Amino acid sequence: MKTTLTVNGQLRHLDADPRTTLLDALRNHLNLTGSKKGCDHGQCGACTVIVNGRRINSCLSLACMHDSDEVVTIEGIGTPEHLSALQQAFVSHDGFQCGFCTPGQICSATAMLDEVEAGWPSHVSADVTAKQDLTVEEISERMSGNLCRCSAYPNIVDAIMDVAGSAKR
Amino acid sequence: MNHTPDLKAAAIKGGVATDQRHDSAHKHVSGTAVYIDDMPEPAGTLHGCLGLADIAHGTITAMDLSAVRVAPGVVAVLTGADVPGENDISPTGRHDEPILTDTLVQFHGQPIFAVIAETREAARRACRLAKVEYDALPFVTDIGALDPLNDKLVTPPLTLKRGDAADAIAAAPRRVSGRMRIGGQDHFYLEGHIALAIPGEDQDVTVYSSTQHPSEVQHMVSHALGVPSHAVTVEIRRMGGGFGGKETQSNQFAAIAAIAAKKLNRAVKIRPDRDDDMTATGKRHDFLVDYEVGFDDEGNILGVDLVYAARCGFSSDLSGPVTDRALFHCDNAYFWPAVKAVSAPLYTNTVSNTAFRGFGGPQGMIGAERVIDEVAFAVGKDPLEIRKLNFYGPNGDKNGDRNVTPYHQTVEDNIVHRIVAELEESADYARRRRQIAAFNANSRFIKRGLALTPVKFGISFTATHYNQAGALVHVYTDGSVHLNHGGTEMGQGLYVKVAQVVAEEFQIDIDQVKITATTTGKVPNTSATAASSGSDLNGMAAQNAARQIKDRLVDFAADKFQVAADQIVFLPNRVRIGNQEIAFADLVKMAYFARIQLSAAGFYKTPKIHWDRDKGEGHPFYYFAYGASCSEVSVDTLTGEYVVERTDILHETGRSLNRAIDLGQIEGGFIQGMGWLTTEELWWDDKGRLRTHAPSTYKIPLASDRPKIFNVTLADWPEAFEPTIHRSKAVGEPPFMLGMSVFHALSDAVASVADHRICPRLDAPATPERVLMAMERLKGEVAGVSKR
Repeated sequence: MKTTLTVNGQLRHLDADPRTTLLDALRNHLNLTGSKKGCDHGQCGACTVIVNGRRINSCLSLACMHDSDEVVTIEGIGTPEHLSALQQAFVSHDGFQCGFCTPGQICSATAMLDEVEAGWPSHVSADVTAKQDLTVEEISERMSGNLCRCSAYPNIVDAIMDVAGSAKR
Repeated sequence: MNHTPDLKAAAIKGGVATDQRHDSAHKHVSGTAVYIDDMPEPAGTLHGCLGLADIAHGTITAMDLSAVRVAPGVVAVLTGADVPGENDISPTGRHDEPILTDTLVQFHGQPIFAVIAETREAARRACRLAKVEYDALPFVTDIGALDPLNDKLVTPPLTLKRGDAADAIAAAPRRVSGRMRIGGQDHFYLEGHIALAIPGEDQDVTVYSSTQHPSEVQHMVSHALGVPSHAVTVEIRRMGGGFGGKETQSNQFAAIAAIAAKKLNRAVKIRPDRDDDMTATGKRHDFLVDYEVGFDDEGNILGVDLVYAARCGFSSDLSGPVTDRALFHCDNAYFWPAVKAVSAPLYTNTVSNTAFRGFGGPQGMIGAERVIDEVAFAVGKDPLEIRKLNFYGPNGDKNGDRNVTPYHQTVEDNIVHRIVAELEESADYARRRRQIAAFNANSRFIKRGLALTPVKFGISFTATHYNQAGALVHVYTDGSVHLNHGGTEMGQGLYVKVAQVVAEEFQIDIDQVKITATTTGKVPNTSATAASSGSDLNGMAAQNAARQIKDRLVDFAADKFQVAADQIVFLPNRVRIGNQEIAFADLVKMAYFARIQLSAAGFYKTPKIHWDRDKGEGHPFYYFAYGASCSEVSVDTLTGEYVVERTDILHETGRSLNRAIDLGQIEGGFIQGMGWLTTEELWWDDKGRLRTHAPSTYKIPLASDRPKIFNVTLADWPEAFEPTIHRSKAVGEPPFMLGMSVFHALSDAVASVADHRICPRLDAPATPERVLMAMERLKGEVAGVSKR
């Protein structure tokens, strides 16, 4: 099935089995291996990418559903030479150990900060209509869809806290 | 990255005892770090999927694979009969673990065949088409009904004995006995198992395997293929987590991929689905601990009798050393005046349990902590008082008989008193204890609990021969250095620590040292990266290699410049020779032209250790690592749900090689340990099927599960008692057991519903259900209606 989507700002053409997940399309067809397959069930978050500005588990979404969508993967967020502010913060705070969940954590956090900016409440928000302060509790709750078995959580949260509220990320 | 060394620097960049960032940091955050599944696949790569038995115990009477063979994309189907060499991957040589079982199925999910197809999808679909018939046999999944002393074991048990425990208990003023159930744990490495085998000429094959033990994978593949070890090369640059789950469990995938690759002469990749990975690979051992303790009215423990029964699964795997290590930690930080501890590595029809961070130590230790709890409740004191009362004696204690372990090793480096005293102070234990009592008195439904638990963990492989390591160091003519060693990187920062050691030795900036993938072709006969030993062993081996080259450079320079050897000093990025300083790279170049060998193989073996298993005596550990944690929880008595309000940790790693890395290990280890004891529950159904085989049913800690207040301190005063690498200490496993404080805080909160008069005897994992049931049981006992 032919699908055209924009990935990291580039127009990409895909001709794949309609059952191909977005994750498999990215990894196997477009050679973007930064997004990881952790569980393939939408439960670990390692495959998180940003589609039209929102974070999704790419393993739970079919590539053909994303015709003309804008997809941003970890490769589109920054490169080792030009890290985004959030990526730099993950480096500065050691927000990882084995690194396997890290691309998903960073994609997730990047979009999560936009959700906060847009005033979306979370499960732990005391007032669902007020603008949320990004506390440790808020970040931890909003990042709870991204598992880290090394449990680098304290540093992940610190890294996100570091860039939260600052304009650059 | 191009970098010109600073020849005037006061210190090198990235030497030892600096917070050097992880060598792959920039790659991890940008998705450019290459894991095996990210490697470009060779043309024509095939993909494998394992066919798993769907019966817990029985014989295969018929296996019809015809539909599998003709399924679209299928290239080959392998069974045990297709193994050209030995159909066995038992890591301890007990010949009890087939790669693909022929007739006897011993657990639900045991691999019985493998499909190799053009795509992973095709292989997975084809697997479902097999028609297998079985004669079912009776099976046992739970060890609760087994007799530890008489039922079938997978490997010989161990007995540790000092003094006469039975007499001491009989003579003691007071006695308590009981049983504790301790659950297992799935590793849940985010990167599952994977092997990519690429056939070479003649008998050769190269296997990229996500393994902590490349040498063992090499040996297993060579046995399976029936070829010499020299034909097999195993390489691993990095794993997406290991935690012990890739110490032996990688063998199966590597062996099958290699067999298929050689048979078909095409590259073969096997990466099991997450559910298959969790079903077919081993986990942490569940334990049942039976204990009897004799003590006096003050809470001094006089004698302890312990039986540690473990669910080992269908084969021995590493269950011998795991259950041994449980016994080695049946004392934790406490002196047992008379002790008898027996292990029972029980056979069950479940997946063969394996290594997992702590390797039986955590189960051993929490058994010891239960003994402490029982005594504390019996004499009506705060468990922390009983802990301190029973600690091993301080170093140099005149009363020297209070420092001999149940395995007759003397504790020479005890710092637990200071660690616990400092944590008690910084965590404000005494005041919070009073506050919590007041809070609980006034809170009807929410109860708080507090606990402070110590950790003393023995460092060294108990298989003495494993305590050796090799390294390979090349210095190139531009002064850059190629570093290789037998240790593997799974996120723990081993590569960067060893690179720091080499940079320090040569006094060159760390970016002049290239860390290269672990491969059996460069450093042979290595030990698993396990037992927390990675930096200790490989750091020493790399230092040894670097020193050999340095010594040659010194000899060369002394001769060429006609100065005494002691007039040659390695300064940052340069070398002072007499009165002049020259760049390190320039000296290297001169040495090359003078035909000085600039490559060396380093070696290290841990001194001082020995162990006689038959006698149960020896000095199995080079040293001990210490730490302590204090946790406070609040529990909802209506639902059993709980929150960790605060945790304070004080841990030590000697004179740390890299405090930033060590802190990450401590925080991560604690949280993983907390997960083991709280939310992570493995559950088998009445057909012997593991039903918790995905993150949907198996809950590891999330960011939102970490303590609300989390104060982690790396003690800055200790240094290793023994001459370890730069006097640092191991950090991989010891912090895992810091999670015990959460479990004991939960227990404390549960105890509050019965006014702390009854030992809650909480089993692990303390899921909300189990916490609720324990509270209900205690309330019932208080009301005089014993439900036990």
